Amino acid sequence: MLLFYHFGRYLVFLASMFSKPEKFGIYTRRTFNEMVSIGINSLPIVAIIALFSGGVSTIQTSYQLISSWISKTIIGSIVSDTVILEFAPTITCLVLAGKVGSSIASEIGTMKVTEQIDALEVMGINSAGYLVLPKIIAGVIMVPMLIIIAMFLGIWGGLMAGLATGILPGELFVEGARSSFKEFNVIFALIKATSFGFIITSIASFQGYFTEGGALEVGRSSTNAVVYSSVMILCADYVIAQLFL
Amino acid sequence: MIEIKGLSKSFGDKDVLKNINVAFHPGRVNVVIGASGSGKSVLMKCMVGLIQPDAGKILYEDIDFVEIDYKAKKAVREQIGMLFQGSALFDSLTVEENVEFPIKMFSHMTKEERLDRVNFCLQRVHLENANKLFPSELSGGMKKRVGIARAIALNPKYLYCDEPNSGLDPVTARVIDSLIEEITDEYEITTIINSHDMKTLFDIGDNVAFIYKGNLEFTGSIDDFRIDSNPLIEEFLAASYFKR
Repeated sequence: MLLFYHFGRYLVFLASMFSKPEKFGIYTRRTFNEMVSIGINSLPIVAIIALFSGGVSTIQTSYQLISSWISKTIIGSIVSDTVILEFAPTITCLVLAGKVGSSIASEIGTMKVTEQIDALEVMGINSAGYLVLPKIIAGVIMVPMLIIIAMFLGIWGGLMAGLATGILPGELFVEGARSSFKEFNVIFALIKATSFGFIITSIASFQGYFTEGGALEVGRSSTNAVVYSSVMILCADYVIAQLFL
Repeated sequence: MIEIKGLSKSFGDKDVLKNINVAFHPGRVNVVIGASGSGKSVLMKCMVGLIQPDAGKILYEDIDFVEIDYKAKKAVREQIGMLFQGSALFDSLTVEENVEFPIKMFSHMTKEERLDRVNFCLQRVHLENANKLFPSELSGGMKKRVGIARAIALNPKYLYCDEPNSGLDPVTARVIDSLIEEITDEYEITTIINSHDMKTLFDIGDNVAFIYKGNLEFTGSIDDFRIDSNPLIEEFLAASYFKR
């Protein structure tokens, strides 16, 4: 029953964001600021994860394919498909749930316990719309962009690891990657990324917005935001794969 | 004028406010006093719409704030300024941006006009050189003064102050009290202060509402309050060293 209660509250919270903005320009500016905070500021960690996950998957795939009957181009195929279908969208978003999710939950949670959200409400501003909607829009736009970058860097990381360790020459890696490339895989990954962007920002905002108490509760909301959004990302990953593949 | 009629609020089995009837008049400092947990903060939160009461009316010049829809509530709220206990300044904004915030949201002033208004409000609270500071760089008293500047930025008709002196030294507390009194007189604002600071009550209060365990035990002038024979009031005054 408690699950339904929280899910209902989450839906009501999402619905409460939509009201006519007091000043459209202010909301637009806030959305751009959030895009920088969620997107640009997450670029370094996304790049590191993508490079290493691509590199490691090249090494591990080669380790598992020891037969000389199998062409080495298959390594390029497996690595690029894995990066596009799973590593770039899912692993990156799990890390973003930690970085962006905890930051959003603690920011909004602190505003809640220090009465800053009450101050907005007393002024006649829809606090959910003002604080949360720009974050969700920014998440839905910027996470897919980060994932596109992660795809490129992941595949490039795989290629570089192959070259650096002498597992396979670059031409074979590229040949394998190109032979198995399907446009739909990229579209599928972007559908996942958009959904995950929404999950991360909305769950973290929800956790922060309903924080009650003090510093301890802000920390708890931040942890809950990471845990719940990670679990929801994995569930959504399964559902989307089942629906589209 | 703000009139409260038959206001009640419960949380679970606990009745926090029981049939409150009180009126707050313009141009006067109305002080709501009571011990911690007596229900005065809940009353103020009901009055500004942060908590929905279970029963009763909150009339802002005959408009029932409890019954009206979100859009109409928004119009009333634009006439409300509020000083929060912890000041509730926006951490990410400078002093200037904090005071400018409501003006930017609800007026059509140009950037220059907004800055003029911000500077006027900051001068009014004696904070001329703090425009570019962030809340984390301010003392408790300065934060309260910025809070007052933000609250009066849109020329409100109603000013709410929740524990305006909590956490301040006696000298700064008196400065804040004087500011609230001056602003109330100057702009004919209906000011409502939540406090258990009896010095504030006797220094700047015009009317008083005394709440005890969710019941309104007294409402009237300060002079009548001093001579009231209610034992709860006598006990409260005695404990505050204002015994007759």
